[in-house]
Amino acid sequence: MPFYVAPEQQMKDRADFARKGIARGRSVVVLRYAHGIVFVAENRSQALHKVSEIYDRIGFAAVGRYNEFENLRTAGIRYADLRGYSYDRTDVTGRGLANAYAQLLGTIFSSGGEKPYEVEIVVAELGVDPEGDQIYRLTYDGSVADEDSYLVMGGSAETIAETIRGGYRPDMDLAAATRLAVDALATDGGPKSAPRELGGEALEVAILDRTRALPRKFRRIKGSRLTDLLAEGTVPSDPGPEPPPAHAPDPVPGTELGQHQE
Amino acid sequence: MSDRLGLPTTSTAARPATGGTLPAALLQSGTSSFTDFASSVAPNVLPGGRSPLESTGAGYADLAPHGTTIVAATFPGGVVVAGDRRATMGNMIAQRDIEKVYPSDEFSIIGIAGSAGIAVEMVRLFQLELEHYEKIEGAPLSLVGKANRLATMIRQNLGLAMQGLVVVPLFAGWDLAREEGRIFSYDATGGRYEEQAFFSVGSGSVFARGSLKKLYRQNLTDTEAATAVIQALYDASDDDSATGGPDLTRRIFPIVMTATADGVQRVADDQIADLVDQVVAARMQRPDGPGAPLL
Repeated sequence: MPFYVAPEQQMKDRADFARKGIARGRSVVVLRYAHGIVFVAENRSQALHKVSEIYDRIGFAAVGRYNEFENLRTAGIRYADLRGYSYDRTDVTGRGLANAYAQLLGTIFSSGGEKPYEVEIVVAELGVDPEGDQIYRLTYDGSVADEDSYLVMGGSAETIAETIRGGYRPDMDLAAATRLAVDALATDGGPKSAPRELGGEALEVAILDRTRALPRKFRRIKGSRLTDLLAEGTVPSDPGPEPPPAHAPDPVPGTELGQHQE
Repeated sequence: MSDRLGLPTTSTAARPATGGTLPAALLQSGTSSFTDFASSVAPNVLPGGRSPLESTGAGYADLAPHGTTIVAATFPGGVVVAGDRRATMGNMIAQRDIEKVYPSDEFSIIGIAGSAGIAVEMVRLFQLELEHYEKIEGAPLSLVGKANRLATMIRQNLGLAMQGLVVVPLFAGWDLAREEGRIFSYDATGGRYEEQAFFSVGSGSVFARGSLKKLYRQNLTDTEAATAVIQALYDASDDDSATGGPDLTRRIFPIVMTATADGVQRVADDQIADLVDQVVAARMQRPDGPGAPLL
């Protein structure tokens, strides 16, 4: 026999449920630095990504239940690719995608039929210049927040954000920004407990790199390049040599022949 | 998945995802192929979704410009692909600086001959198909996987091909697993054939291939391979009116791309200009090009 539950109570229960699910996971930090946006996630899995590429200038990061945000990620890629194919690549915007996600999450949250998604996601879009950068945070209930410079999602978001607030500057280079994010993730136990040791194998790092010549600005930093980047720490530096382009619809002209003489 | 977003989930939802929300079809698990996905959600945006023309017995070959000659050759460190810059409509030159060679992704190149509009659309879809797969799966397709995917797309164009709007691509790339450059050719029905050493497609292909037969050697460097394909295009333009030779007054030269272990790269314009100037200078002495020994 159905009981009457006040809408306020119902929404509160659903929000508590979603929040609890999200709080169980490790955190993700998204940070603007001098030449782009860096995503740093604590993630020991090499196969299950928390951070990924949606489109030329749009990156995606998520915390919470894997199958749910993976589903959202796929939907985002399909949305972006279909839109870019139907119109033009420049017509795919982070704002449009964030709106679409918000609609979807909001509808699921308030529909009584199914459980809300236990996820929190970020859609970050790299602008042509730093002023154009956009970072949108979307929560389980479909609300959207436009973040200015950095954001933290996941289990100990408050504590981690506190550490970042102390050390953040908008003109940080990549190494310093990554170091700050990793240090903040390591102090998720709060100021009273000792920071944990987080090496390259426990991290998933990716950037939207404004200095990249190719249209696809997203690239992952892993392996030895990540170790080097973390070691650089506070020493100012560039992101290091770039690996072969991930995808090149418009290859960089100006390549010289004569480098493959065998 | 219900239509809780108020959008139909079946293939009747024949529209791109342009609204402010994500149609339920986008959330369905399943394919990593953009074409398969788009054909269920928005078939109207795909080239194959177009209904074939009414058959009147006449061909439609002169409806749109034609791209002409593409040549490819392997060398020990990779593969080089080059295309001339001419597009023709009947006996008229429709465009003198068309680009017919494109990178399809990080390690592969596609060159197109045939009906230009359909070919360019096919290239765009093919590029997206490879990118889409890579983003969703987190890893790129194998080179043969890419070649097969292209074969499927050509097969879908068969209806139009039978009315004269044929697209014949040449696909080449660096095979990461086998660590060598490979070339694939196609017929209008989607048949895929792997070619050894070198190949060419398009109206001037017969002459280009004849030229490469005499010029090609197994141990070419990348610069030599680029020179060989430029020579082949020169020979093609010499005997085929639809293939454009190097345009010395406007400085419009063939597009040359290489796929190596470092990825796909387009050879710099000034370096192509250098090679072309050398080829043309040599042809001033011997207009038929370098002679091969008789035995």
